[in-house]
Amino acid sequence: MSEIIKVGMADLNICQPPDGLTTLGLGSCVGVALRDPVTRIGGLVHVMLPDSKSIHGSQSMNPAKFADTGIAELVRRMEQKGAKRSRMTAKLAGGATMFAVSGRSEVGLVGQRNTQACRQCLAELGISILAEDTGANYGRTVIFYPETGEYQIRAVGRDSYII
Amino acid sequence: MGNINLQKVSDAYFDVLKEIGNIGAGNAMTALSQMLQCKIDMRVPQVKLLNFQEVGALMGGEEQIMACVMLSVEGDITGNMMFMIETSSARRLINKVMMGYAQPGEAEFTEMELSAMKEVGNIITGAYLNSIASLTNLKIYPSPPALTIDMAGAILSVPAIEFGALGDKLLLIQSQFFDEARIDGYFILIPDLDSYARILGSLGLSVEGLSGEE
Repeated sequence: MSEIIKVGMADLNICQPPDGLTTLGLGSCVGVALRDPVTRIGGLVHVMLPDSKSIHGSQSMNPAKFADTGIAELVRRMEQKGAKRSRMTAKLAGGATMFAVSGRSEVGLVGQRNTQACRQCLAELGISILAEDTGANYGRTVIFYPETGEYQIRAVGRDSYII
Repeated sequence: MGNINLQKVSDAYFDVLKEIGNIGAGNAMTALSQMLQCKIDMRVPQVKLLNFQEVGALMGGEEQIMACVMLSVEGDITGNMMFMIETSSARRLINKVMMGYAQPGEAEFTEMELSAMKEVGNIITGAYLNSIASLTNLKIYPSPPALTIDMAGAILSVPAIEFGALGDKLLLIQSQFFDEARIDGYFILIPDLDSYARILGSLGLSVEGLSGEE
């Protein structure tokens, strides 16, 4: 029996076929899916913020929250299971601008900044991005199947599609 | 940003914040009930300190489709104010406001209906914020409203991200209301952390115990 493992907000997890990973209602957050095509180990992290280094204080102990620490932690977890970083590929989804609010522009930019930060972190780790469905102004639910590397995306009022 | 430590928010503060939610939502409901000319009840408001993982379950799951009017708030209190309502309730609400001229059925909302929804959100969140402003004697300037219809999880990620920069929890004041025609909605006031201190301070509560700097 295959199982779809749920990844919450600021959370991460890994799995192997036939299981899959899902995260529901991605808004400005980014869902980064990694896969090693040889071992077919897959991982998904739900990133909320671009950079752990811009946050001071000890209140943020959760690595999955940030692009830099979240992706690094996900890679580490996958390597523990036998995946190789040099073989890994990535797919991104999310990073939407949920509200067109005037005034405090930060709200509108978080999605973009998250996406940018994820791209940069992946580049630094030498992981190439195979596909991406980011930006725009709607939320996404994603399901990742490490078996095939398919990243299924659902959104309100749109047909589900695969990248 | 502020230096409130969320772990130290005590029950006493919760009660005060709850009362603020009560007063704000009460006034908003009065505005709504006058506009619709019908009776509206509300539940006792809740102040919640949530882990991010729990946020999605707040309103019937991450994928529950909600209409949400959001305003950002500036002035002495900064943060976000949200008015969220299920789409089926939104349809009933719009229909009441437009006196039956709204499109029936499950078709997409028309431009006019969206505009009506935005205006309703604007009026009632305005009433909410006004009552808090006069209670606390703080200046609150709401921005023009923005409307989106999407999954609850995606909508709530916006305030969650704001809090994410400060800690691993989301603090919110939630009020729920309903009327005879079953309109279920939520007000969510999400002040920035330093605004919490200012709200509590304006009501004569010391916030020293909340300081994160040991």
